[in-house]
Amino acid sequence: MAGIKIENLCKIYPGGVQAVTDINLDIADGEFIVLVGPSGCGKSTLLRMVAGLETITSGTLKIGDKVVNDLEPADRDIAMVFQNYALYPHMTVYNNLAYGLKNRGFAKADIDTRVRQAAKMLEIEQFLDRKPRALSGGQRQRVAMGRALVREPAAFLLDEPLSNLDAKLRVQMRVEIKHLQRRLATTSLYVTHDQLEAMTLGDRLVVLNGGRIEQVGSPMDVYRRPETLFVASFIGSPAMNMASIDLLRDRGQVEALDRFGKGTGLLGMRPDDMHLMRPDAPHISLSGRLELFEPAGAESHLYLSVEGAAEPYVMRVNGQPGLQEGQSIDFYVPTGSLHPFDPTTGKRTD
Amino acid sequence: MVESRRWGSLFSHLILILGVAIVVFPIYVAIIASTHPPGTFLRGVMPLLPGPNAIENYRTALTEGRSQAGAPPISLMLTNSLIMALAITIGKLSISILSAFAIVYFRFPFRIFFFWIIFLTLMLPVEVRIVPTFQVVADLGMLNSFAGLSIPLIASATATFLFRQFFMTIPEEMMEAARVDGAGPMKFFKDILLPLSVTNIAALFVIMFIYGWNQYLWPLLITTDPDYYTIVMGIQRMVTGGDSEPLWHLVMATVVLAALPPVLVILFMQRLFVKGLTETEK
Amino acid sequence: MQTKRSTFQNSWLPYALLAPQVIITLIFFIWPASQALYQSVLRQDAFGLRTTFVGFENFKRLFADPLYLSSMQVTLVFAVGTTLLSMGLALLFAVKVNDMLRSRNAYSTMLVWPYAVAPAIAGVLWWFIFNPSIGILPYILDMVGYDWNHRSSSTDAMILVIVAAAWKQISYNFIFFLAGLQSVPHSLIEAAAIDGASRTKRFWTIVFPLLSPITFFLMVVNIVYAMFDTFGIIHATTEGGPAQATNILVYKVYRDGFVGLNLGSSAAQSVILMGIVIVLTVIQFRYIERRVNY
Repeated sequence: MAGIKIENLCKIYPGGVQAVTDINLDIADGEFIVLVGPSGCGKSTLLRMVAGLETITSGTLKIGDKVVNDLEPADRDIAMVFQNYALYPHMTVYNNLAYGLKNRGFAKADIDTRVRQAAKMLEIEQFLDRKPRALSGGQRQRVAMGRALVREPAAFLLDEPLSNLDAKLRVQMRVEIKHLQRRLATTSLYVTHDQLEAMTLGDRLVVLNGGRIEQVGSPMDVYRRPETLFVASFIGSPAMNMASIDLLRDRGQVEALDRFGKGTGLLGMRPDDMHLMRPDAPHISLSGRLELFEPAGAESHLYLSVEGAAEPYVMRVNGQPGLQEGQSIDFYVPTGSLHPFDPTTGKRTD
Repeated sequence: MVESRRWGSLFSHLILILGVAIVVFPIYVAIIASTHPPGTFLRGVMPLLPGPNAIENYRTALTEGRSQAGAPPISLMLTNSLIMALAITIGKLSISILSAFAIVYFRFPFRIFFFWIIFLTLMLPVEVRIVPTFQVVADLGMLNSFAGLSIPLIASATATFLFRQFFMTIPEEMMEAARVDGAGPMKFFKDILLPLSVTNIAALFVIMFIYGWNQYLWPLLITTDPDYYTIVMGIQRMVTGGDSEPLWHLVMATVVLAALPPVLVILFMQRLFVKGLTETEK
Repeated sequence: MQTKRSTFQNSWLPYALLAPQVIITLIFFIWPASQALYQSVLRQDAFGLRTTFVGFENFKRLFADPLYLSSMQVTLVFAVGTTLLSMGLALLFAVKVNDMLRSRNAYSTMLVWPYAVAPAIAGVLWWFIFNPSIGILPYILDMVGYDWNHRSSSTDAMILVIVAAAWKQISYNFIFFLAGLQSVPHSLIEAAAIDGASRTKRFWTIVFPLLSPITFFLMVVNIVYAMFDTFGIIHATTEGGPAQATNILVYKVYRDGFVGLNLGSSAAQSVILMGIVIVLTVIQFRYIERRVNY
C-alpha cells in the first residue's frame, strides 16, 4: 500500500515527439485515480512510465517514498491489467495467476492460497484448470485482474481494461472494479478514453490532452466547473454547447452578460441546463429550430439550430415531449449555469 | 454457385489422376524394380509389375552394399544420413531461434549489422562457395566427420527469418505482462516464447529434416572415407561407378530406402509441412 | 528495422544469443565467400608454386571461353525449361484440385510427397525410366519411331534432366499455387459469374491476375532451384554430358575446381554465380514486400 508521487514527469521520444510534458500528480494511498483523455493524449504513456515499461526522460517518480525511475517493472511492486489481457495462452488460468508469484520465489502453499483467494473474489474458481482460449472475453478479463490481485502490490495499473468488452458487460465490470478497489483499498491508476467510465470510477479524475494535464479534480468538480474549454467539451455527454458572447449580445441579453469577467468570449451550456420552461432565477432566452429529435429512452435529445451559431445545440429533456421536427423551440438557461471561457487562452474566466 | 458442369468434373478427375500417375510413376517403377532378381535387367524392358525377390534384395542392400563400387552397406549410410539430418535440423533450429529472439527482443549496438550478416547467408548457398568452404573445413580438420557434415550448413537465415516474423506477431503485452510478473529474458524465452513457437518449430523441423537428409553436394565433397558416406550421395556411386551396367535391383532398393524417411515424414506431418513452407517464404 | 515496443535491457545477453549463428556464418559463409572473391583475381601456375594477381583476367577469360558461354546457355535453357514445365503442370493440378471438395486432401497428399525426394534421386529415377536399353519410355518411343539415347543425343540429355528437375519441383509449386487459389476471395468469382464471365474467362481475367504475385515469386524460386539445387541431378546422371550438353554453371564450378583443380577459374565462376544469386534474392525480397500490398 503506497501513494504515488509524480513530479515534473516528461517523456520525449527519440525523434523529438513530446508524448508527456510536465506532469505533477500526488496520489494518496488507496486512491482511485482515472487518467482520461482522447487517443494520443499521453495517458497510456504516463501509465506505462509508472509501470516501468517506458523510460522517463526527466522528472521524478516515487512509489511509496522510493524513487523508482530506474527500477525494472518487476521491482516496483506494481501489478498491471492490460487492455487485451495478455494472458499466457499455453498456461492454465491457475498458472497464469501463479506465474508472477513463482518468479518471485513464493512458497507453493502461499501461491495456492493467494490464487484461490483471488479466484474466489473474482468468481473464476471453476476456470482454474482451463486455458484462456476456452474462456469468454469477460472471463479472460477477470483472469487478467486476478493476475494483478494475487500480487497484492503497492499499486494497480489498469490500461483501458474494459475497452474490449461489449457494452453490457462493461457496465457490469465497472461496478465490480469499483467494489473490489474499495474492498482492497489499493492505490489504483486507471486509464480510459470513455468519460463516463472515468466519472463513475474515479475518486479523482486527471484530464489529459496533448501530453499535458488539463485539470485534476473529483468527478463532480470537473463536471460542474471545467477549467478549460477542452475539459468542458470532453466531460459530459452529450457534450457542452458553446455559444459566442456576441450571439447573446445580438439578442439583447446584455444584463446577464455583465457578470462575466474580461476576455470572456464563449459561454458553455450543458444540455441538461437548458430548459423548455422559463425558470425563476436570472436566465437568458434563446430560440431555435428543431432539426433532429433523438429519443433515447428515459430522455430525449433535441438538436436545435440557432441563428448565428455555427453548430446545432443539443438539449436534453426528460421523457418524449410531443415535438415536431422543424418547429421553433424557445429555451432558457439560468445564468448561473453558464460556463464562461476566454477563447484565446482556453481557460475559464470566473 | 449454380453451374452446369456435366463433363467438367469428370475431365478434372481425369487430369488429376493422370497427374498423380505422372508424379507417382518414378517411385512406383523403383519399388517394382527393387523386387526383381538381377537377371531381369539384362534382357528386355524394365518390368511394371512386382517380382518375387523383395526381401532378398533389401537384405543384400542393407548388409552388403555394393563392394565393387566402393559403397559401404546401406544400413551404415542410412545411419550416417540420419545423424547428419538430425544434427543439421537440431542445429539450425537452435541457433536460429536464439538469434531471432536476440534480434527481436533486445536493442543493442550493431543489431542491424548482425541482422545483415545473417541475411547475407541467404545469398550464399553452398554451391557458390564450394571450393573455399571446402578449404576452410579441411583446414579445421573437419573432413570426414559429422561435425563437418553438419556445422557448415546450419547457419542459413530462413529459419531465423521465420522465427523473427513469428515473434513480431506476438502481442507486445505478452512480454510486458511477463516483465511485470518478474520474468527476465531467458525465463520469458523458456516459459512463454518457446511454448508459443511449438507449431512453427514442428513445421520447420519437417522442412529442415528433409533438407538435411537430402544433402548431396556437400557430403560428396568432404567425405573420402566410405564410413562417412551418406545414402543420397552414396547412390550416385552405384549408378555411375564401374563399367558394367548398374545392378538396378539393388540400386532401386537403395533408392527406395533413401527416399523413404523424408517421404514418411512428409506424409505424416503434411499439414505442418505445408504451413512451414508457405510461411517460411513470405 | 523494427523491434518490439518493449525490449529487454541487457548488455551482454543478446550478443551471447547471436554468437553461435554469427560465428558459424563468419567462418563458413563470409570467410569462404571472401576467399572466393580473393582467389578469383589470382592465378596459380601449373605446379601451385606461385600465385600472381591478375585482376579481372580470370573473368575476361571466362567470358571469352566458348565452353563457359555455352555453359551459360545450357543453364538458361535448363532453368527456363524446368521452370515452365514445373510451374505449368503445378498450376494445372492446383486449379483442378481447388475445384474438388471431397477428394481434395487425397489428391493433395499424392501430389505433395515428391518434395521429399532428393534431386539426385529424382535424377536416378528418371535416368532409369529413360534408360536406352531397359527403360520403359525409350521402349514406348521406339514404337513411334523415336530412337532415344541420352548418352549420345544432347537434346535427349537435356530433356532428361529437365524432366527430372521439373518432376521434383511440381510439389512445391503446387502447394503455393493451391494456397494462392484458396486465398482468392469467393466474392470476386461470384461477382464475375454474375457479370456473365464463363469459367475459363473467370480464370484468366480474375483468378490468374490475382495469382501474379505468387507466380512471380515462384518463378524466381524455381530459377534459383534450377540453377543451384540441381547439382545432384546432373552429377548422378549425365555428369554434364554428352559433350557439355548438360554442363550447367554450378556443375562446371565443381568440375573445374575439384576435378580440374583450376582454382582461379572456379573462384571466378563462383563469384559470378554469387552475383546472380544476389540479384535474384534482391528481386525476390523486393517483390515479397510488394506482394503484401496487392
